Amino acid sequence: MTRSESLDSPASRAGAEPAVVYDMDVVRGFALSALIWGIVGMTVGLVIALQLAWPELNVGPYLHFGRLRPIHTNAVIFGFTLGVVFAGSYYAVQRLCRVRLFSDGLSRLHLWLWNAIIVGAAVSLVLGHSTSKEYAELEWPLDVAVVVMWVVYGINFLGTVARRRERSMYAALWFWISTILTVAMLYVFNNLEMPVSLGKSYSIYAGVHDANIQWWYGHNAVGFVLTVPILGLMYYYLPKQAGRPIFSHRLSILHFWSLIFLYIWAGPHHLIYSPLPDWAQSLGTVFSVMLILPSWGGMLNGLLTLRGAWDKLRTDPLLKMMVVGLTFYGMSTFEGPMMAVKTVNSLSHFTNWTIGHVHSGALGWVALTCFAVLYYLVPRLWHTTLWSVRLAEAHFWLATGGLVLYVTPMWISGVTQGLMWRATNPDGSLAYTFIETVAAIHVYDVLRAGGGALFLSGAFLMLYNVVRTIQQGESRAPAPSALVAAPAAGAR
Amino acid sequence: MAYEWHRKLEVKELTLSVLAFVAVVIGGLVLLIPPYFLQGTIEPVTGLKPYSALELEGRDLYIREGCNTCHSQQVRPLQTETARYGHYSVAGEGIYDRPFLWGSRRTGPDLARIGAKYPDSWHWIHFRDPREIEPRSNMPSFAFLATRALDTSLTARKLEVLRSLGHPYTDAEIANAAQDAERQAGEVAARLRQDGVVLDETAARSETVALIAYLQRLGRGIAFQPTPAPTVTQTAADAPAAPGGR
Repeated sequence: MTRSESLDSPASRAGAEPAVVYDMDVVRGFALSALIWGIVGMTVGLVIALQLAWPELNVGPYLHFGRLRPIHTNAVIFGFTLGVVFAGSYYAVQRLCRVRLFSDGLSRLHLWLWNAIIVGAAVSLVLGHSTSKEYAELEWPLDVAVVVMWVVYGINFLGTVARRRERSMYAALWFWISTILTVAMLYVFNNLEMPVSLGKSYSIYAGVHDANIQWWYGHNAVGFVLTVPILGLMYYYLPKQAGRPIFSHRLSILHFWSLIFLYIWAGPHHLIYSPLPDWAQSLGTVFSVMLILPSWGGMLNGLLTLRGAWDKLRTDPLLKMMVVGLTFYGMSTFEGPMMAVKTVNSLSHFTNWTIGHVHSGALGWVALTCFAVLYYLVPRLWHTTLWSVRLAEAHFWLATGGLVLYVTPMWISGVTQGLMWRATNPDGSLAYTFIETVAAIHVYDVLRAGGGALFLSGAFLMLYNVVRTIQQGESRAPAPSALVAAPAAGAR
Repeated sequence: MAYEWHRKLEVKELTLSVLAFVAVVIGGLVLLIPPYFLQGTIEPVTGLKPYSALELEGRDLYIREGCNTCHSQQVRPLQTETARYGHYSVAGEGIYDRPFLWGSRRTGPDLARIGAKYPDSWHWIHFRDPREIEPRSNMPSFAFLATRALDTSLTARKLEVLRSLGHPYTDAEIANAAQDAERQAGEVAARLRQDGVVLDETAARSETVALIAYLQRLGRGIAFQPTPAPTVTQTAADAPAAPGGR
């Protein structure tokens, strides 16, 4: 039996057309997998943070920092974040288009292929099969699988949009469409490589060209995996949770087009003071600074949606997560452009400041928004209410506290190390050896691991809360007949 | 209303998709294509040779172990940086670097010009246990590399693939890749033994040896002056016991 539902489909409420039976199986699958990969990825993150503070924790050939770090980044970016994007976009697209997902077969293939890829990624990275290119470490056989998986998602999502019964496409859909198209382009071109064996290949680009295309990809992985689709989630789930329409449709339009156009140019800000031609570095800086405008436009569009509903913030942990998430989005999209300015970059580049910046975006904006979306989805997917709102509230505070305790030491240690590297004696000689700059930031490495541990403990609370919610939902599950208001023949 | 034109777009999924794609293609084309036509980013610096068989295997081990997650290989043109590491990196040096290994975080020091800065035996000890040389180091121990014989079964194939991408390896170099690697490993092992390192048969042709060969060539493919040890003025009490405190 397919546990599909049509309870809140507009068509069944209208009663005129045959009811739409939405495919919620695939959404359930993605929501649960994402949560599990999130816990795995964040746990590995905590482990490598501890390894930086206490190098004795590096174990043997397979479990040392160099091999674990890409597992952390891949698990949280592609396991957790993309999982929530798949769940959230599949849930919303059916409602926004008033139609079941394009193909049940593709949905299932997408879910299992994606999970298999994440497992394959973890295993192959532990074994040392890495291309070394950040967030593109997977070797070519997995790259091929990723492309197939992405095409499946694209067909399934765009096919659903094309068959919609709603005339107009809501803003959230534009953001997901842009994600699908742009990530396809980025991933394919950055990962072009010549295979040597199943586990080894060489990039078709060399040196400065490879760096250039890698950071065109790398920065836009941040843009089109960690920003644009999350904004899609924000545009759908924030108004839903707040019970108010999005603040401004015009602002959505401006936000969308200017954001995607400007984002793609900003990659070279990762290569300032590198052998990349100066004009390209300058373009990266200029476009990064311009990005403040659409980013803040989007943030304000979200925050102002709460006009007249701010009181809900007192009692609703989901809205708290979304609002703090948007605030961190605003903060890190201001910090990023500043770090893209040559003068600041000369201090911040290669230091923990960068890692702190990434995490204020990835934990503050992405993870908090993703948590909120999962809290929104799980009770609805299992036809129940959240098992404990107080636990979700505790999660919010642990996450926010952990976030601050993570990011603040990273700023301090980044600036400390940056200043020590450039400090000179009156005679112009260097004031500090490198190892002195390592020793100086040890205490911050410990503190940041503490912040990470707090953040992770919140995620564990969430796991418990979700499990109890699902149990509660299954024990109270209504009879199948109550779930499917219309005969299955009426589906689609 | 000013945004009425967009309403028309919101009902046309194909047009909207095409425009959304065009919007992201423009920036990519402008940033990625022109560098291919600029001198300096495509010409190797004078005297730069492709990696030897052993150095290439060492480089691939550097990638396998994720050394690039903690070590950059890109010296910036800043005075304090060139004083610490040596001449800043130039584009023509990376012509045989697939992938590039500039890195993004210096948990450890930059390695772009590490070649010839320390003797092979320094690296041998440092890989075994970085804290033997520098007690404050937070680098993992890579002792396990010394217990694994270097696998050269793919070396010839690697050179062949790189030649197809434009690296000037000769037929002889490809045919004799494994033997070349053995020979160079023997040279490294001989230097290690000269310095008093005790090596069994596996250790003498181990992965550590290949990694040392790679590190010792870094930054030397180019006719810059070898970098002197950085001059750090400090009191004797602060000075590290070994030259590990670079």
